[in-house]
Amino acid sequence: MSTPFPAIAVVPAVPAIAAIAATPPATPRNAALRAFLRNPSAVAGVVLLAVVALTALAAPLLFPGDPLDMVATPLLWPGQEAAFPLGSDSLGRNVAAGIAHGARVSLAVGVVAAVLNLAIGILVGATAGYCGGRIDDLLVRITELFQTVPSFLLVIVVVAIGQPSVPVIVLAIGLASWPVIARLVRAEFRSLREQEFVLAARSQGFGHLRIVLQEMLPNALPPVIVTSSVLVASAILIESALSFLGMGDPNAVSWGSMIGEGRELLRTAWYLTALPGAAIVATVLALNLVGDGLNDALNPRLRGR
Amino acid sequence: MNRISALGRTLRRTAWQAVPTIVGLLVLNFFLLQLVPGDAADVIAAESGSATAESMARIRTHFGLDLPVLHQLGNYLNNLAHLSLGTSPRYNLPVTELIGARLGNTLLLMSAALGGALLAGVLLGTVMASFAARWPDRLLSVAALLLYSTPGFWLGLMCIVLFSVHLGWLPTGGSGTIGAHLTGWAAVADTARHLVLPALAMAGFYVAIFSRLTRAAMLEVARQDFVRTAHAKGLHPVAVALRHVLRNALVPVTTVAGMHFGTLLGGAVMVETVFSWPGLGRLAFESVMARDYTVLLGILLISSLLVIAANMAVDLLHAALDPRIHVR
Repeated sequence: MSTPFPAIAVVPAVPAIAAIAATPPATPRNAALRAFLRNPSAVAGVVLLAVVALTALAAPLLFPGDPLDMVATPLLWPGQEAAFPLGSDSLGRNVAAGIAHGARVSLAVGVVAAVLNLAIGILVGATAGYCGGRIDDLLVRITELFQTVPSFLLVIVVVAIGQPSVPVIVLAIGLASWPVIARLVRAEFRSLREQEFVLAARSQGFGHLRIVLQEMLPNALPPVIVTSSVLVASAILIESALSFLGMGDPNAVSWGSMIGEGRELLRTAWYLTALPGAAIVATVLALNLVGDGLNDALNPRLRGR
Repeated sequence: MNRISALGRTLRRTAWQAVPTIVGLLVLNFFLLQLVPGDAADVIAAESGSATAESMARIRTHFGLDLPVLHQLGNYLNNLAHLSLGTSPRYNLPVTELIGARLGNTLLLMSAALGGALLAGVLLGTVMASFAARWPDRLLSVAALLLYSTPGFWLGLMCIVLFSVHLGWLPTGGSGTIGAHLTGWAAVADTARHLVLPALAMAGFYVAIFSRLTRAAMLEVARQDFVRTAHAKGLHPVAVALRHVLRNALVPVTTVAGMHFGTLLGGAVMVETVFSWPGLGRLAFESVMARDYTVLLGILLISSLLVIAANMAVDLLHAALDPRIHVR
């Protein structure tokens, strides 16, 4: 038992002893999960996210072949032809296929970039928070430096250094947004460092790495978990902005690139910009709902009304 | 006298801490930009259709692009120490002139967006807090979440479709009617008409942030004891809400506003591209594409100065809002 928080016992409202005996003991993780599942908007977010993820996974089955293939008469409106429910663009490409395959790119970039953010941020924040002193000062300075640069310009510069492809874009987004996580983890570690259980672990002779990984990191994670869904959402937004500007992967269909190409036909065929944008809004909305639900479940003190 | 000396102390301390950050930023970005393939001479040759090797070598020598990297860095820092930002190889103009022509436009857009977002956000947040947990609050919360999830450039494009294409109320882009040669109030009105949609597109995201933050902060402050005292004294509910609750709730809101000032330039790149607004964001993007590093470094310098100035302004605003917070 390395957590400093005692197991919270949730007393169910049912008075029957049999019911009380039958309910599993509520650990903090259990209580948080149940609080999350009781939140209707959080569940709605998870459902919406599952729909998007399923569409992304099933895209090669629903729309086999390359989504960049020209398969239809150009500029069909949505619903004009049954075979192309969301219409076709100026080159006769299926918009529905583009949106389904674009989901793969957007979700992949979002998740991997967020994982990279978390990795760098936790590494820097934990080191700074745990070590203190000169190392802390240096790492804080580096974090401030990265935060003063407009992050979108940094992403553009990094993508300009490498060829515009999905791995480079993921690397660029991962390098630009880690300061938020680093500051969060550093603040948590600085407060956890003074707790008794860390002193107890050190007096037992645990090495620094073991203390950080086994004792402190699990307790520092709740705000990081809450921020991670926001990280995925902002990574998806940055990727769509890059593709809109034409700096995305030219071989992959992305929602942003569809919007960028549809911009030329804004007066006559505005559905070409509206539909991929609606997909982005739906995905980011789902991620934000999940993030809010996680926040409410893991930070009950901050749950106002 | 006390306030002015405190202000002077803040300025001196901020300047002393800011200089190494800015210099470090410029050095870091200088080396980062050296990694980008190609240089300005390549772009000039590409844009003019063709070039001979001799003319490209001459361009490189003229702008010092063939010097060793550390020499170029030394020259740049030397120029900076003499308060000059260098010359752009692409436009063949001093960088200060290029930036100066566009800085006003960007500042106008950013302040209109941020100011509008603050006003609308605080207003909506106050309404949401006063109707907490009832249907106006829920409706506005859903709207705020939708705005928070919308990419700014897409919001701008949809606004163009609705307000310019279908309704014809507002222009589709630019910062003024071309060739109109308006002066005085007519020019101001014309710029204002062109400013509405870009500011709206940029402000959407921040309205959502500020309204949610104001709602949370006001609900938090309303539980404090001094608010109960104010009610018990018989103050009108509106007076309590504005003079006591809102004033304290504005402290976290202004903190977050200052924190997001830096991301405004990134958002400005997108909105200025969608609306063809002649600002620093587009200039920054074009200078990365054109390998025009002196301009990009100049823009990064200006943006860091703006971020530092915004942080200082937020500190002073906090001291004004909450007398318990001392200006250090």
